[in-house]
Amino acid sequence: MTEFLQQLINGLALGAIYALIALGYTMVYGVLRFINFAHGDVFMLGAFAGYFLSPLVNRVLPAQSYAGGIIVLVLAMAICAALGMLIEILAYRPLRNRPKLTVLITAIGVSLFIEYTCQHRAVFGAAPRNFPDLIPANNWHLGGVVLSSNQVIVFVTTLLLLAALRFIVQRTKVGTAMRAVAFNEQAAALMGVNINSIISFTFGLGSALAAAGGILFAMNYASIDPLMGVQTGLKAFVAAVFGGIGNLPGAALGGVIMGVVETFAGGIPGLSNYRDGIAFAILIGVLIFRPAGLLGKVQTEKV
Amino acid sequence: MNIPLKSFLWSTVAVSLVLLSSPGCNKPSGGGDGAGGEPIKVGQFASLTGKEATFGISSDEGTILAIEEINAAGGVLGRQLKLLTEDTQSKAGEPATVVNKLIARDGVVAILGEVASSRSLEAAPICQQSKVPMVSPSSTNPKVTQVGDYIFRVCYTDKFQGDVIANFVSKSLKAKKAAIFTDVKSDYSKGLAKYIKDKFLTNGGTIVAELDFNGGDKDFKAQLTAIKAANPDAVFVPGYYTDAALICVQAKQLGLTAPFVGGDGWESEKLTEIGKDAVENQYFSTHYHPDVGSELSKKFVENYKKRWNGKTPDALAACGYDSVLVLADAIKRAGSTDGQKIRDALAATKDLQAVTGKITIDENRDANKAAVILQVKDGKYKYLETVEP
Repeated sequence: MTEFLQQLINGLALGAIYALIALGYTMVYGVLRFINFAHGDVFMLGAFAGYFLSPLVNRVLPAQSYAGGIIVLVLAMAICAALGMLIEILAYRPLRNRPKLTVLITAIGVSLFIEYTCQHRAVFGAAPRNFPDLIPANNWHLGGVVLSSNQVIVFVTTLLLLAALRFIVQRTKVGTAMRAVAFNEQAAALMGVNINSIISFTFGLGSALAAAGGILFAMNYASIDPLMGVQTGLKAFVAAVFGGIGNLPGAALGGVIMGVVETFAGGIPGLSNYRDGIAFAILIGVLIFRPAGLLGKVQTEKV
Repeated sequence: MNIPLKSFLWSTVAVSLVLLSSPGCNKPSGGGDGAGGEPIKVGQFASLTGKEATFGISSDEGTILAIEEINAAGGVLGRQLKLLTEDTQSKAGEPATVVNKLIARDGVVAILGEVASSRSLEAAPICQQSKVPMVSPSSTNPKVTQVGDYIFRVCYTDKFQGDVIANFVSKSLKAKKAAIFTDVKSDYSKGLAKYIKDKFLTNGGTIVAELDFNGGDKDFKAQLTAIKAANPDAVFVPGYYTDAALICVQAKQLGLTAPFVGGDGWESEKLTEIGKDAVENQYFSTHYHPDVGSELSKKFVENYKKRWNGKTPDALAACGYDSVLVLADAIKRAGSTDGQKIRDALAATKDLQAVTGKITIDENRDANKAAVILQVKDGKYKYLETVEP
């Protein structure tokens, strides 16, 4: 029982991070109908932004303080939001009216470009780095179950960000415009919505969430490297498809389920090697019975 | 608007291409053509960047030091040694590419490398086929030298290391129940895990949990939670330092207090840098410790510190140094740079005094040498005991 609860906590903490990244994939898909494969690398850049910002912030605020941690998080999110917008303007906007396949392949190119540039020794280098403790680390023992302060931070931050995202998308003018663009781009343009700035905003928002995910991931697992976004990004992408791509609550749910399933599979001797495989197998199973994902709606295409 | 943007895009692509194709590290080191004749070209493939970078760099530094010392003393057969080094980036696939390049394009007479068994196993068939002798400084998986009669190593094998680790845990730590946590992506880890397990079971111990991970993973909590539930007296982690450090950190977070024990894959300053207080008091076995050893190894420590800005040599550096000693000795005895003759001379290496001990190459083309057990204390590696084969 203790083991079950512990694995559940581990899985939820991992899943919460997947959820944050999955939201970025699903939002971009919602408005542009393509998968931004460079999203996992923005997640990595977020972690590195935190790594380099932390000593700068510590000059003003004491190390391992909540205020310092929050400032690092917010700054990294802002930097990655800007990077996300830049990627969209440089790589995707010129291809806006080309076939979707062209954009998709460009996205893979952007992803490889970021990964290999960052591995160059003049940038970050390929060696893993130790991520600093941003906040004071504590472990609470509840019976045999250990809950770390980092895990609590992951849950709290994810919930806050999800609530903020929901508010932005559902209650604000720009969120309404985002939904309008997702629903019908041309009609939205005719209603006076500035398509370019809305798409930029979507990329910025998604990238900020990925950056938050990157920092939470780095805080929880202590080491970062330029290829950390590859596997994590792939899992989050799968989580987004799993929950129903284009559907925001679906992405969050998909992320949490992925994290929990993967963790439970990882804890079984003999199966631990296949933890990624099992998560993907379940995805295939779900997609056979619900091709649009858990919460996705099947859209009939008019010919 | 569209045109300048496009040209900017192209220039970005151009810059990225330049970055990607910038020449590797084909830096010849260790003197030019001092004493008569063409220099003898020796190739090295090493993980100078990536996951096992600190291993590759240490090994490379030891290798360079040995080459420079030999050249300063007049070289081999009256000719200087010229080292050509290629980086494998700690990645599968790279060794084949760079070793082919060293043999085909640069025409090296012998190959040195690598630290990681998986990557040595990738290069070994190429060297065997081209009949170019290969000397691995610190690949311990037994399969490496089984590839063929042109493949040698100057370190012990995991068969021996597995026995050493298992005996230490059953006898010195008095552990009865152990868990084993293997990196299934690495030939080194899989091989060592098997030998540790066999010996530990023979010693009367039981393995209460066997879990796997993939090298490069970041999240180990799922497996560690299962290990904790099995309540072992000790946990074997026969992996590399990056993963081992993260495993110790996450085990500590989960309140798993059993000692962790590893092999020579642990010895790197990154272990304590990433692991911090979580790796304190953990144990691992390796090839050598600067505190114990012969006159030659004391001299080596001194020269190494002088050459590399006061850095204390680790076991990988010592093995890298020894790989050059063994090769140079063989070339000298062969009296030629012919691949076949160097091979025969390498196979006949006997009682060669080297930094990590006296090296005799046995019939399996492995070196029979002692292992040392170290413990992490105050972020340093403390010598505990030496185990003779």
